[in-house]
Amino acid sequence: MEEPTVEPKIAVRGLDLYYGRFHALKNIDLDVRPNTITAIIGPSGCGKSTLLRTFNRMNDLITGVRVDGSVRLDGQDIWTGSLTPVQLRRRVGMVFQRPNPFPLSVFDNVAFGPRAHGQRNRRVLEELVEESLRGARLWDEVRDRLNQPATELSLGAQQRLCVARLLAVRPDVILLDEPCSALDPVSTLAIESLMRELQDRYTIVIVTHNMQQAARASDESVYMLLGEIIEHGPTSQVFTNPKDSRTEQYITGRLG
Amino acid sequence: MTIPIDVETKHRIVVVLLWLAALVALAVLAFIIAVVLWNGLPAVTLSFLLESPRDMGRAGGIFPMVVSTVAVTLLAVIVAAPLGVGTAIYLTEYTSETALTRVIRFGAECLAGVPSIIFGLFGFIFFVIQLGMGWSVLSGGLTLAVMILPTVMRTAEEAIRAVPESFREASFSTGASRWQTVTQVVLPSALPGIVTGVILGVGRGVGETAAVIFTAGSSLHIPTSIFSPARTMAVHFYILAREGISMRHAYGTAAVLVILILAINTAANWLMLRFQAKQG
Ligand SMILES: Nc1ncnc2c1ncn2[C@@H]1O[C@H](COP(=O)(O)OP(=O)(O)OP(=O)(O)O)[C@@H](O)[C@H]1O
Ligand SMILES: [Mg+2]
Repeated sequence: MEEPTVEPKIAVRGLDLYYGRFHALKNIDLDVRPNTITAIIGPSGCGKSTLLRTFNRMNDLITGVRVDGSVRLDGQDIWTGSLTPVQLRRRVGMVFQRPNPFPLSVFDNVAFGPRAHGQRNRRVLEELVEESLRGARLWDEVRDRLNQPATELSLGAQQRLCVARLLAVRPDVILLDEPCSALDPVSTLAIESLMRELQDRYTIVIVTHNMQQAARASDESVYMLLGEIIEHGPTSQVFTNPKDSRTEQYITGRLG
Repeated sequence: MTIPIDVETKHRIVVVLLWLAALVALAVLAFIIAVVLWNGLPAVTLSFLLESPRDMGRAGGIFPMVVSTVAVTLLAVIVAAPLGVGTAIYLTEYTSETALTRVIRFGAECLAGVPSIIFGLFGFIFFVIQLGMGWSVLSGGLTLAVMILPTVMRTAEEAIRAVPESFREASFSTGASRWQTVTQVVLPSALPGIVTGVILGVGRGVGETAAVIFTAGSSLHIPTSIFSPARTMAVHFYILAREGISMRHAYGTAAVLVILILAINTAANWLMLRFQAKQG
């Protein structure tokens, strides 16, 4: 029986990226399936963050970056299509390695995105903030502290706040770049179960150095090495029965 | 032959030396302020502050000079702050390192090192004569603005650069535009540093003589508009002392000037503390 073909959420074709003269991404082809958690793994410096930051054009902010090839979001090219970077980033949000809440209150952090997009109505904002904080499993923890500085929250809560800040913009894709590397095991598990809950409504791509995390929390895995994609497949297959010996070496080495 | 000293002793010696250096610096400052206040305060009465000078400043007060100082400095800040902060924003957020930005920075550095009398001459030739503004609050204020611009710009640039990159990334990643990122994330975080730069500029402007005497003039009357000539406190002090008109009133003027500068700095510190407390 043939698997029904699903339109990829993100389709990458022949992507090359250069930092000045350094060739950081080499001829990348990748389909990211909708409502799927895709993990990108690979040794430090292989280009995981660079690939992730291409999806919401954050690399455009770095001088000297040059790209070739195409990246499509729902079939629309992110560079030559009609999407502006601002519109693209509304649809493709990002959570970073270190929790980076603004030095504002919890409420103002979550309301930042909607306000930037012109929402001024206090009632609408309040509803959005509550909905987003609930979505990030943070509401019960902070409902009485909405006006306190976000920086007073624990690191784990700060990272979930960053997820809430992103949900408030109502994106379709959530990119996470090593979101748990600064967190303790309990907060890490909280983020992982959060990802599983969000999966129904969002497409999620996560970069991680934690093999257990990738094995546990993702549906598909992408193994990268020196700017190239070596292997891409269902996580269970990549971890138990990798096709490429380099993937196998990396995974067995990392799992110990 | 060297005497062996253990690390602990070395550490103590260094601490004591550093502490002494700080103490000397503080003592010099305190001494200057004490001398000025000691000689000046006896002349400072309410009528000294609120009356116009009589007999070239031998008698009467310094009210016109207080007004002139505030007017000239305020004008300088109103012009220099937006220009300086705007340039800093452009250099840090809107452009990458190019030949142009290096020229702007190099120019600012040169300007910062130019003695103020040169600014006075420039202001005299350009604003007073060329643009026909005459000796006026306007000429003086613009000259001061040019003079403090590099300070305001460089401190603002440093403050803006010190804002963590992660704030900008967070802002962009929620789909905020560059302008929104600058105004809502970067500038609020950089504000304490920017205010410090502006206050430094104000301090320099309030105490400035050479740049102002050729441009604002030395009229003894209260300026009624920005086109009136004006005599700032620093210029007044200089003329009273230099021409031996009245050392008593010269010191009185100096005391008021010193108190004004201390007040400005204290107010700025207080504002900043409040701001930071609110930011959390
Ligand atoms: N702004 C930049 N300018 C120049 N080179 C860069 C820049 N950012 C990254 N690189 C280089 O590109 C390569 C890929 O970097 P990237 O950050 O994507 O790696 P990564 O896989 O995310 O690594 P890590 O696991 O350490 O986060 C690295 O060799 C890095 O040195
Ligand atoms: Mg990385």
